[in-house]
Amino acid sequence: MIKLAAVVALIVGSLAACLPAGATEEELARGIAELAAAESYADKAAAAAVIGASRHPRAEAVLTALLEGELYTTRADARLVTAADVEGGYAIRDAVTDEALGTVGRRAVSRVSVNNQLRGTLRSVIAGLRLTHEDPAERRAAIAKVGESSDLAMVATLEQLLATEEHGGVRDAIEMAVATLNLDSPDNALRLAAIETVGSNSSAHVRAKLTALAGNAALDETTRAAAARSLDRIEQRVALYELVQTAFFGLSLGSILVLAAIGLSVTFGIMGVINMAHGELMMLGAYTTYVVQTLMPNAIGASLFVAMPLAFLVAALVGIAIERGIVRTLYARPLETLLATFGVSLVLQQTVRSIFSPLNRTVVTPDWLSGSIEIVPGLAITLNRLYILAFSLLVFAALLVVLRYTRFGLEMRAVTQNRAMARAMGVRTDRVDALTFGLGAGIAGLAGVALSQLTNVGPNLGQAYIVDSFMVVVFGGVGSLWGTLTSGLTLGVVSKLIEPAAGAVMAKIFVLLFLIVFIQKRPRGLFPQKGRAAEA
Amino acid sequence: MLAKRWFLDHERGGKVLLAVLAVLAVAVPVANLGFPEDSPLHVSTFTVQLLGKYLCYALLALSLDLVWGYAGILSLGHGAFFALGGYAMGMHLMRQIGARGVYGHPELPDFMVFLNWDALPWYWHGFDELWFAMLMVVLVPGLLAFVFGWLAFRSRVTGVYLSIITQALTYALMLAFFRNEMGFGGNNGLTDFKEILGYSLQSDTTRVVLFLCSAAALAAGYLVCRFVVTSKLGRVVTAIRDAESRVRFTGFRAESYKLWVFTLSAVLAGIAGALYVPQVGIINPTEFQPLNSIELVVWVALGGRGTLYGAALGAVIVNYAKSTLTAQLPEAWLFVLGALFVLVTIALPKGAVGLFAHVRRARHA
Repeated sequence: MIKLAAVVALIVGSLAACLPAGATEEELARGIAELAAAESYADKAAAAAVIGASRHPRAEAVLTALLEGELYTTRADARLVTAADVEGGYAIRDAVTDEALGTVGRRAVSRVSVNNQLRGTLRSVIAGLRLTHEDPAERRAAIAKVGESSDLAMVATLEQLLATEEHGGVRDAIEMAVATLNLDSPDNALRLAAIETVGSNSSAHVRAKLTALAGNAALDETTRAAAARSLDRIEQRVALYELVQTAFFGLSLGSILVLAAIGLSVTFGIMGVINMAHGELMMLGAYTTYVVQTLMPNAIGASLFVAMPLAFLVAALVGIAIERGIVRTLYARPLETLLATFGVSLVLQQTVRSIFSPLNRTVVTPDWLSGSIEIVPGLAITLNRLYILAFSLLVFAALLVVLRYTRFGLEMRAVTQNRAMARAMGVRTDRVDALTFGLGAGIAGLAGVALSQLTNVGPNLGQAYIVDSFMVVVFGGVGSLWGTLTSGLTLGVVSKLIEPAAGAVMAKIFVLLFLIVFIQKRPRGLFPQKGRAAEA
Repeated sequence: MLAKRWFLDHERGGKVLLAVLAVLAVAVPVANLGFPEDSPLHVSTFTVQLLGKYLCYALLALSLDLVWGYAGILSLGHGAFFALGGYAMGMHLMRQIGARGVYGHPELPDFMVFLNWDALPWYWHGFDELWFAMLMVVLVPGLLAFVFGWLAFRSRVTGVYLSIITQALTYALMLAFFRNEMGFGGNNGLTDFKEILGYSLQSDTTRVVLFLCSAAALAAGYLVCRFVVTSKLGRVVTAIRDAESRVRFTGFRAESYKLWVFTLSAVLAGIAGALYVPQVGIINPTEFQPLNSIELVVWVALGGRGTLYGAALGAVIVNYAKSTLTAQLPEAWLFVLGALFVLVTIALPKGAVGLFAHVRRARHA
């Protein structure tokens, strides 16, 4: 272990010495030559240290190849190469320049052998290289790893690093790593300070160390109490982060519910019509995304932006067709509309099943949507959910703008409040009806695009959301967009909060039962329509 | 007087229904048990079972027609009452298996042994006795409907709101019954039944008897519903359907009338479920799925709602079409069902019964 630290210190030292640019090439060449000529494992270790100390950009690749047993010397000219198995021999590449050297027979090269001791040295040399990597993120990762090595000798190395480090985040990481290592320090004062410092770190390693310290009877009372206090701080913070995380998941689920429900709220609230095919319109949106992606496989990142307007259009057109063909003939009979649109939903499902097969289709998540961002250490938020939350708020805002500031929105509100009077004033109510239905359907299509990023796309996609989205509309109050937003987000957060305690299925049952009771108390929802519209 | 109301004072459709049931009740047992298998007059046991199943569906449709056709309550959760009745019966049949399960446990059903339970849950006690199970077949759906209806009607939840929360009810029950911890067999439900009252469920005689019970239940169910809708209570209920506020202003407590009819209907649905389970040999949570309940609505709509016998007719037509189509063209079934929903609501608001009447009038004119 001491040796390991010494090797790392050597490399870090070479960084401090700041070799001139040309020198690194020379150093690497020297190290490579030594390695190619090495006869014992000790020679190889020395050569590896030289290669590491060169800090050449290719040094890490060469050492990793050596560590994994992929480094060979050619018999002809004792050149160091990496080799990959191919038909009839090895495809070799120069180890230093990574230039392809063609295919050779298996006997033309021999592997540079390694033993366990050499592997240990290599690992620490590579770790040392990473500690001084150009990219601050790489440096931090390497430093955090060293912090968890429990090797007190590394403290000196880290402090040496600290002397030259200029990046603020990396400096913090070094200090945290030093403190983590110092938890094992025999020096009481140092250990106490370390215990205090690591209170802001929530890694499992630190928690295990602190738990051990707090329970170690050999230590004095103050240290144990301090460890317990620090541990407590960590636990509290972790609990808080978990709560924040759960709330975020809830908001994310809620935003999907909102997205699924606002389209429904438009048709149900404004036209008094229940569209049971709403879920299937979402499904159409999701399948549109799938089709667009299969058509442009080389531009997955951009495909979403093509899919969104297309999904809106496809769903809206189907929606208008449903309105013109079926709903229009049933306006006075809401229960019958429910049944007829349910029939449409079955037909749409089966159509999709016949065309795309009953199996689920996977929609690829573009790069810019995948991954997560770390807000503070220990609290990460997945990007796709964040974007969907933003997307649903955006759609909501756009819908509000359409309703409030456009001619079409004005006519829509007029028809909602008093159909006969609006007609008398010259509003073409049947056109407004068709467009409203199309708008609601189009939003369902957009919801489908968002959903395709979260779940598999299958013929039953819509069914899974239809009951939930009705609940959202009913809970929020029919005809109230703000009510839909509030109730969607509330239901999402509430069900995610219950979930850890009761399990996903029970959470769902509780929410449904709650709604059944709620609707008894407030049959018109959270935000009932007031005034004349309420009588309709 | 009473006899007249019960037996003579029917419209033509009702008389036809009762007559068909009577003919079936005589012909089917004779054709199944009285003729050898190679005789052209022989009716296979499979057909007997299928007919029995249709009769259970017809009773279920009848129960929905009572609330939808006469009281205007579109329940999208009637499948739940049917399934609850079925589960009560299934529990009795499970207890009858005794030690003959795969694991051979003297006390516990197989799925409980599989879950490592060591005692029967409290709510399984009593189901050893058929009379107790029968009581539960009536009580459980009845009580659920009573409590649910009491809450809903008292706060005047009507129209599409009521439809949606009944759907939520059956959806919630489905999720609950899918859980193994509920003690109703989870995903797989209750199955592998052996016998009822000591008679093997596989034997022809038992099947014929079950078929006869279903026919009798349907006839009795029809007579009860008919009695209810022609009584004064039935007239008030119909009035509520047409103008609830007016009935209320006239001094009737609309919610009590609706509650009464809703509960009766749930009990009938439960009985249908209880007769259905021994004939198909399985009950599982998919019976609760919202699709089943809503499909039931289309049976009634297709047959003709508000006529009772029309509902029974619709159930048989749709299910016959379903058995035939799913066997021959499985892909087409959902298209047909979907088209049925659309066509019936738009073109046939009075269903097949209305169509017959229309054709007859056209011929007379």
